[in-house]
Amino acid sequence: MKTLLKTSASALVLAGAMATATAAQARDQIQIVGSSTVFPFSTAVAERFGQNTSFGTPVVESTGSGGGMKLFCAGVGEQTPDITNASRRIKAKEFKQCAENGVTPVEVKVGFDGIVLGSAKGGIELNLTRADIYGALAKNIEKDGKVVANDAVTWADVNSGLPAVKIEVLGPPPTSGTRDAFVELVMEKACAEAVEAKDEDLCTEIREDGAFIEAGENDNLIVQKLEANPNAVGIFGYSFLDQNSAKLRGANVDGNEPTFENIAAGDYPISRSLFFYVKKEHVGVIPGIEEFVAEFTDEDTWGPDGYLADKGLIPLPDADRDAIASDAAALKPLAM
Amino acid sequence: MTDPAPNPAIAVGAATDDRAARSTRTRKRFAAERRFRFYGLAAVLTAFGFLILLLSTVIGNAIPAFTYNYAQLPVELTNEKLTPENAAEFDFRKTVHAAQLSLFPDISDRAGRRLVRGIFSSGTPIVVRGEVAANTDWIGTRQIIPVPVSDDADLYLKGLVDTDLPESQRNISDAEIALVDQLVERGLIERQFNTIFFTNGASREPEMAGIMGALIGSLLTLSITLLLSAPIGVLAAIYLEEFAPKNRLTDFIEVNINNLAAVPSIVFGLLGLAVFLNFMEFPRSAPLVGGMVLALMTLPTVIIASRAALRAVPPSIREAALGIGASRIQTVFHHVLPLAMPGILTGTIIGMAGALGETAPLLMIGMVAFVVDLPAAVTDPATVLPVQIYMWADFPEIGFQQKTAAAIVILLLFLIAMNAIAVWLRSRFERRW
Repeated sequence: MKTLLKTSASALVLAGAMATATAAQARDQIQIVGSSTVFPFSTAVAERFGQNTSFGTPVVESTGSGGGMKLFCAGVGEQTPDITNASRRIKAKEFKQCAENGVTPVEVKVGFDGIVLGSAKGGIELNLTRADIYGALAKNIEKDGKVVANDAVTWADVNSGLPAVKIEVLGPPPTSGTRDAFVELVMEKACAEAVEAKDEDLCTEIREDGAFIEAGENDNLIVQKLEANPNAVGIFGYSFLDQNSAKLRGANVDGNEPTFENIAAGDYPISRSLFFYVKKEHVGVIPGIEEFVAEFTDEDTWGPDGYLADKGLIPLPDADRDAIASDAAALKPLAM
Repeated sequence: MTDPAPNPAIAVGAATDDRAARSTRTRKRFAAERRFRFYGLAAVLTAFGFLILLLSTVIGNAIPAFTYNYAQLPVELTNEKLTPENAAEFDFRKTVHAAQLSLFPDISDRAGRRLVRGIFSSGTPIVVRGEVAANTDWIGTRQIIPVPVSDDADLYLKGLVDTDLPESQRNISDAEIALVDQLVERGLIERQFNTIFFTNGASREPEMAGIMGALIGSLLTLSITLLLSAPIGVLAAIYLEEFAPKNRLTDFIEVNINNLAAVPSIVFGLLGLAVFLNFMEFPRSAPLVGGMVLALMTLPTVIIASRAALRAVPPSIREAALGIGASRIQTVFHHVLPLAMPGILTGTIIGMAGALGETAPLLMIGMVAFVVDLPAAVTDPATVLPVQIYMWADFPEIGFQQKTAAAIVILLLFLIAMNAIAVWLRSRFERRW
């Protein structure tokens, strides 16, 4: 068994040597982190970029918008990512964090994402307003000037024009960016109109009594659960409705159907902007960053006929695309 | 309960009653045993039923993923800029689009051209580039190259699209179906074994996505794990079992090792992030770091299994060796360790199988990532099989559902192979006393 000892000793030495050797090696592909909503689009661009240029294919991680910002703003150097995706704008706090660590973010807005309330084909058919959604899902509502627990059981309890079907909504958990956007775009908007006493928790808290079911981050799972339960309504990104149009139908919100055209025109109310942020300090250090930004902001990529539209990204208006593409090419630093 | 000296007068009178009562009791006991056996069998059958259900769904979903529909594309490789030297980098998009249109000479408008392009995979130029780079003598000629059709066209050809639905509810339009049917009539579509699935890395297009990148990543990660956890674990077990004095310190170590075996794996990921990435500055997403984190995670398993195997070697072996003058280290390495080896190997392989299925600790160190290029070294960005399954399950394209199931089948095959090796080692080398 002397050989065993020798092998193990040499294995340890080898592992140690490999470790030290790599620490000194330079990175030759772009590292991207951030939002899981932007992930399907960012990966598509990364793949094309790798195929059509001589640079390595960027590595894309799905860490969530907040997690991505934390890694991105942690400092400058090849240990830190070059680009972070976000399904919301960078927060002032994060921008300050970036500045303190010597990171200059360049903001690129890439398009819109619609959040839809969908149900199975042949299942419940809803024509909602944002006030209805708030009335159905808020944990506490204001009744006759007093704050009481929401006791609406069916959609008809919220609005007599809606079907008398039990409220069952499958949605993302609080860690998800989709949930943040949903709360901001629906709950807070409707709440501001409905509630007089402006209490932040009153507007953002979602029911925990079974009417709203946290269904995890995987939108495919929500789609499957909707097929099994025709009375349930799911909250998920537009790209899943687009891909599963044979099985699902999106509920109208404020009279607008969740279609590509309505979201692009800004008529459908629950949509948000998607961004990515480039670390200016890494441009020229890590090869290919400028070329990647150029690929992402190319008309064949993010335009109305580009390949990202096929993946479910809602393009920006024409004029915005031109302005953003030229700002991005000039690497204009973000000012806040 | 029974009276040692029963009263004979009562005993005689009660004899027949007693026998009847005894036989009822016996029947009851037999019935209880039969019931127990039935419960046990029912439990096994239920578990087996669930297993069959799980496997049949997964395998049923996976089968379509192992074949793919290819179209025979006549490609003119006559572009004067194309040379044998630049074939591996040449941009074949224009060449391929021209070839695709040449199949439908009566289509010339812009919308029609888009439609034609839509029934082929968007990875067609990459496939053609690979073929031409491997056969540079084709340059300057016209070649028929089989290229994958688009994922939606493939689903249609496999009969997985409900054509009775209205056009707006399908991902493939009537016009596209007409074009695909035309190709089928002309005999240009052939269903082949899906080699792309076994040779490519990750992709956002279901038809271009393969398992190879994740497979290499898993192998690299597991070899690092094995290289680190096997020697450290076995040596630790030998020391603790054979040499260490029994005192408070070794008791404390033992309790901690047992505790570590039950720590949730994500904790090891956090440790890896803090120590290996932030402090030691190793690269993100690398199998080297993944292997080190998984080694930490499997160490307790290996140590516990190895100690159990060493303890199972009877003391008489050690005493005999010491008795004829062997030193303690000779006793351990010449006699005890070889006898304990089957148990140690089994424990190590089961630990490895656990590491193969792990994703949570890898999340923290960046291995849950979209990696297209195949990793060539332990420091290249890579992902592993379970992560690949997780990511495919999350993509919206319907074509990825089959890929997910196929990847699960491959992961299961690996696990079965590893566990089979463990069983074989045990039955082949194990000795009983």
